Amino acid sequence: MSEYIIKNGNVFDPVQGIKGDKKDIAIKDGKIVDKVGSGAKVIDASGKTVMAGAVEIHAHIAGPKVNLGRIYRPEDKLFSCTPTKGMERMGGGASIPTTFKTGYEYAKMGYTTAMEAAMPPMFAKHVHEEIRDTPIIDEGAFPVFGNNWFVLEYLKNHEIENTAAYIAWMLRVTKGYAVKVVNPGGTEAWAWGLNCLSVNDPVPYFDITPAEIVKGLIEANEYLGLPHSMHIHPNNLGNPGCYQTTLDTLRLAEGMKANNKFGRESVMHLTHSQFHAYKGTNWGDFESGAKEITDYVNKNKNITIDTGNVTLDETTTMTADGPFEHHLTGLNNLKWANCDVELETAAGVVPYIYSPNISVCAIQWAIGLEIPLMMKDPMRCYITTDHPNAGPFTRYPRVIKWLMSTKARETQINAFKHKDKVLSQTSIGSLDKELSLYELAQMTRAGPAKSLGLGGMCGGLKPGMDADVAVYNFNPDKPVADPEDIEKAFSRCAAVFKSGVQVVSNGEIVSTGNKRTLWVNAKVNDNPQVMRDINEKFLKYYSITQANYEALGHHFVPNPYALEVDATHV
Amino acid sequence: METVTITMKNLPALYLEADTITPDSFAGKTAAQIAELPVYEGNVATTLGKYFEINGGAGATAADTKIIVKGDVRKVKYLGFKMSAGEMVIEGSTDLYVGAWMTGGKILAKGNVEGFAATAMKGGELTIEGNAGNYLGAAYRGDWRGMSGGKILVKGNAGSDVGMYMTGGEIVINGNVDVHLMTHAEGGKTIVKGNTQSKLGGQMVDGTIIIYGSIETMTPGFKPNGEVELEVDGVKGKFAHFIGDMGERHKKKKGAVVYANLYKKI
Amino acid sequence: MTKTVTDVICPFCGTLCDDLEVVVSDDGKQLLEVYNACVIGTEKFLHSQAKDRVTRPRLRQADGSWKEISYDEAADYTASMLAKAKKPLMYGWSSTNCEAQSVGNEIAEISKACCDNTAAVCHGTTLIAVQDIGLPTCTLGEVKNRADRVIFWGCNPAHAHPRHMSRYSIFPRGFFTGKGQMSRKMIVVDPRCTDTAKMADVHLQLEQGKDYELLNALRVAFKGEWLPDVVAGIPKEKIREAADMMKSGRFGIIFFGMGVTQSIGKNHNIDEAIAVTKDLNEYTKFSIMPMRGHYNVTGSGEVFAWQFGFPYSVDLTRGFARYNPGDTSSIDLLNRGEVDAMFTIGSDPGAHFPISAVKHIASVPSVCIDPHLTPTSGVSKLHVPVAFNGVETGGNCYRMDNVPIDCRKVVEPPAGMLTDEQFLVMVRDRLKKLKGAA
Repeated sequence: MSEYIIKNGNVFDPVQGIKGDKKDIAIKDGKIVDKVGSGAKVIDASGKTVMAGAVEIHAHIAGPKVNLGRIYRPEDKLFSCTPTKGMERMGGGASIPTTFKTGYEYAKMGYTTAMEAAMPPMFAKHVHEEIRDTPIIDEGAFPVFGNNWFVLEYLKNHEIENTAAYIAWMLRVTKGYAVKVVNPGGTEAWAWGLNCLSVNDPVPYFDITPAEIVKGLIEANEYLGLPHSMHIHPNNLGNPGCYQTTLDTLRLAEGMKANNKFGRESVMHLTHSQFHAYKGTNWGDFESGAKEITDYVNKNKNITIDTGNVTLDETTTMTADGPFEHHLTGLNNLKWANCDVELETAAGVVPYIYSPNISVCAIQWAIGLEIPLMMKDPMRCYITTDHPNAGPFTRYPRVIKWLMSTKARETQINAFKHKDKVLSQTSIGSLDKELSLYELAQMTRAGPAKSLGLGGMCGGLKPGMDADVAVYNFNPDKPVADPEDIEKAFSRCAAVFKSGVQVVSNGEIVSTGNKRTLWVNAKVNDNPQVMRDINEKFLKYYSITQANYEALGHHFVPNPYALEVDATHV
Repeated sequence: METVTITMKNLPALYLEADTITPDSFAGKTAAQIAELPVYEGNVATTLGKYFEINGGAGATAADTKIIVKGDVRKVKYLGFKMSAGEMVIEGSTDLYVGAWMTGGKILAKGNVEGFAATAMKGGELTIEGNAGNYLGAAYRGDWRGMSGGKILVKGNAGSDVGMYMTGGEIVINGNVDVHLMTHAEGGKTIVKGNTQSKLGGQMVDGTIIIYGSIETMTPGFKPNGEVELEVDGVKGKFAHFIGDMGERHKKKKGAVVYANLYKKI
Repeated sequence: MTKTVTDVICPFCGTLCDDLEVVVSDDGKQLLEVYNACVIGTEKFLHSQAKDRVTRPRLRQADGSWKEISYDEAADYTASMLAKAKKPLMYGWSSTNCEAQSVGNEIAEISKACCDNTAAVCHGTTLIAVQDIGLPTCTLGEVKNRADRVIFWGCNPAHAHPRHMSRYSIFPRGFFTGKGQMSRKMIVVDPRCTDTAKMADVHLQLEQGKDYELLNALRVAFKGEWLPDVVAGIPKEKIREAADMMKSGRFGIIFFGMGVTQSIGKNHNIDEAIAVTKDLNEYTKFSIMPMRGHYNVTGSGEVFAWQFGFPYSVDLTRGFARYNPGDTSSIDLLNRGEVDAMFTIGSDPGAHFPISAVKHIASVPSVCIDPHLTPTSGVSKLHVPVAFNGVETGGNCYRMDNVPIDCRKVVEPPAGMLTDEQFLVMVRDRLKKLKGAA
């Protein structure tokens, strides 16, 4: 493999505590190294910003509900499809880009790792086919567990060891990365058209509460010592007053400690916290609960969160929170897709327009920015748009602009039709914090990598780590004349390396890289009871055979990278 | 206003996609420059001048430009595509997407036009002296934002799916229409002087349909609501009034439910 | 000695049964017996063993006779045809695996072709409706475990999807449906008294072409509004009774077929059926599912969608993807004389398209890739026989409920025969050279 040296850049690396020093970054054999030979190819980064490749902790970019979005929204692609160009295949889609476009867009913005946030286990083959066709970036996928019949039955009796053995089996057969929970119990209730709106609402028939599911899954996650923590989308998403349910959910992690060899310190990751930080009792008195949520998270170090920033675009919402999407279509009357998955989960899809002329949308925008601005530890708060739910991931440069510039925020606030409402229902107008580049690197690189248990591999520029590097046309020594320059600089990288291969040069794709699928291979003691339960469920209730469910051949995951976990000692 | 006359001289072997034949792309160009505008025959990119003889010159802006299209353009698609101002006269019949996504200006088609004319039209006027195809003034696939403004007049007949997802504007058909009229519409008005078949106003939320001729099968979701006197084009007449689609969702205005209206001449 | 292969997937219809057992000879070259499959599925497997099978490509000669050629020559011919064409149509894809579809999409992209699958003549209208109004659906196991209201609208699974009712929809005893058939009410809506209709608790025998009106009336009935005395030949009392039966279930499902997708009203029939389903979710839980025909037509739509953004009728001629059935759909393209080359794989437009479209196929350069002799291979200039997917080669496929199932190879193809994917790779590589692509 070629050697590179990225010279004289302003380097920001929280892993090594480097805050803008002018340094050279050397790359050899896919890794960051101390030095390279004189023949190394030189990339001049003087006057530019250098960071590790960014890490996406939560996006919906591959799998059945994403593709349903593509299938049922031709209008999302109207007049915007792009031609074959150099290395690039054709692309299309604004809020739900095609797989090729997804890979290119992430890479051009300096992202080199991304997590698909909700994989219905029965559709794992589909998820992996799309991941395979998403070039450049390393990807993992989180199978959903919060409404799975095995989990509900084991945790009803608090059987942590059996739950853990089942999770290990599931991660292996689906090539999954982490334990994802979406509206625990509520999505199973949705199979009967019902929901669980609080952590204590019993799940119909299964006689268990969301609180018991969440606690049990945290325990099973730590029993196994998985790289990532349990990753949760709590009950009652998106409703005025939901911050209380969110706090109830966060409290379930109290007293729990992380147990793993990957350097992760959290036991719960609260995703798209913006959607879970609403106060008020209806859409009329709707207000921000960002302070309540961040106050709690600031105090409790075993929790990490991501933001879910509203970008004020027309987008496509999609979630395993089936009842929420049904609720949403009732609000906006736009087309509603839903798919209930036997024994496991469900998913819904509804287009949504976050209009700057609607006060609720503008308040959501403000809450999404308040949260990262109020978080004291940027290593525990990560920037996402919950792509495509709060907006497409291609808007990250715009979110970064808003976070780095009070002027940019003021301009947007002044452009809102209901500016007064935004100012009265949130504290966005009084927040004068501007994110530093170091904090940005924490929120988009080192932080998410650590939460995912990948802190030793990516998200930093320490010698020995994967050579994932992004170079931005942004000079930190010069004052920002126009906030638009921030957005422009973070939209298209000057150079991007993925595992030591240069994939982007001057904003253009120059290689499709060496894409890997990340998954977790957790070894547990033989558990005949769980294997018998699995066998029985396939014989009686699944609609495909166990052998066909378990078969996930090499052609689905041509370049796997397994993180090994050994829980047999327990 | 300046006039450009384009005359078909070399017929395409397949079909020609000529979305550049609009006052907007012609504006400010000489005949020679217009001849260089790109058009497509299948996957081959070529120029307008290869097919058309071009005379005259365009005005400085679209509004100052009138295009007269002569010759056999039955295999030409996208005439007046996304047009915002100016005028176009098509002397014969033409193919798909006439005036599609147009926002202003005037198009007069003297012959017949094929499907998807005035797709998602926002403004302007489209007059078709012959017949129109299917999906006249309808939304693009998957979009809930159909024709929202402007006027369409068809002197002949129109096909199926006229005004699907219409939200505003007016369509007048002097002849007959095929099935599915103003399906899913949330506004706007369609007047049919001739006869209709079935499935009128299905899933219609709001808007108005006026029928002078016969209705082969009335959509069951439209409920009789007495008789009214209406003035259409300055002429008064008696109409049977129906409201619907009763199976569909409806908005409330000032506490009262708003239905779509269907009037049939008695 | 023989050996038995278990968990075999049936490459016939969208039901994609995966519990077949196939007995093969010890050397894996002969397929001897098929268990658990329906008659049609069994035939599909046994047909691969036909002694008179064509095993090499054949090129039509000037005198109308066929000349056997090599796969290399066939790939040359195909690549050169696609390279020369201004607007080639690449149609079919529904009876092959996703891996082949993916290579096909690369070929279509390089040659800037129109590409389409058999949804064009089956459930394309369903896809249009889904684009207009959405789709509340579920996997087939949900139906098995929960459904107490099962509606078959314009479909006849007793003949077209023979194991559907026994595996998923009517007879199985699921988690919440322990009494199997007794747990469920079955409604059939069909103008004909089909064998499926004969099994129903309620048969709504509507007038042909009035599906939209009946669906529309059901929605009115849910809301308790005024109805005409008779709709689609059915008295309003019976419509209200059916509406109440739907509302009173705990979990309902509507399965629909080509009786509604391809009769008058087309996409609007499905649009309104989906609206019926959406309405029912105000009262209880309801889903709807198309009875997809070819075993991997669903997969073709999925692969098109994640690679190009649209599920069928994709036009790449301008170098980027566009979609608008009516303009970019196969039958329209052929009937209007818009295409100048025809490439068919894994389907039989010669048998299913209107004669005017088939005449156009016969008038342009054409290639047909298919293990069988079909009306399409008959009118094509080049016929490339390939291994049977799902029998002689594996590969991923999508069931009618979008569940992916990886097909199994059970026997070897006749010596020297290529799979769809292998042949397409040869064509792709040649085409890249011809077009000067990387």
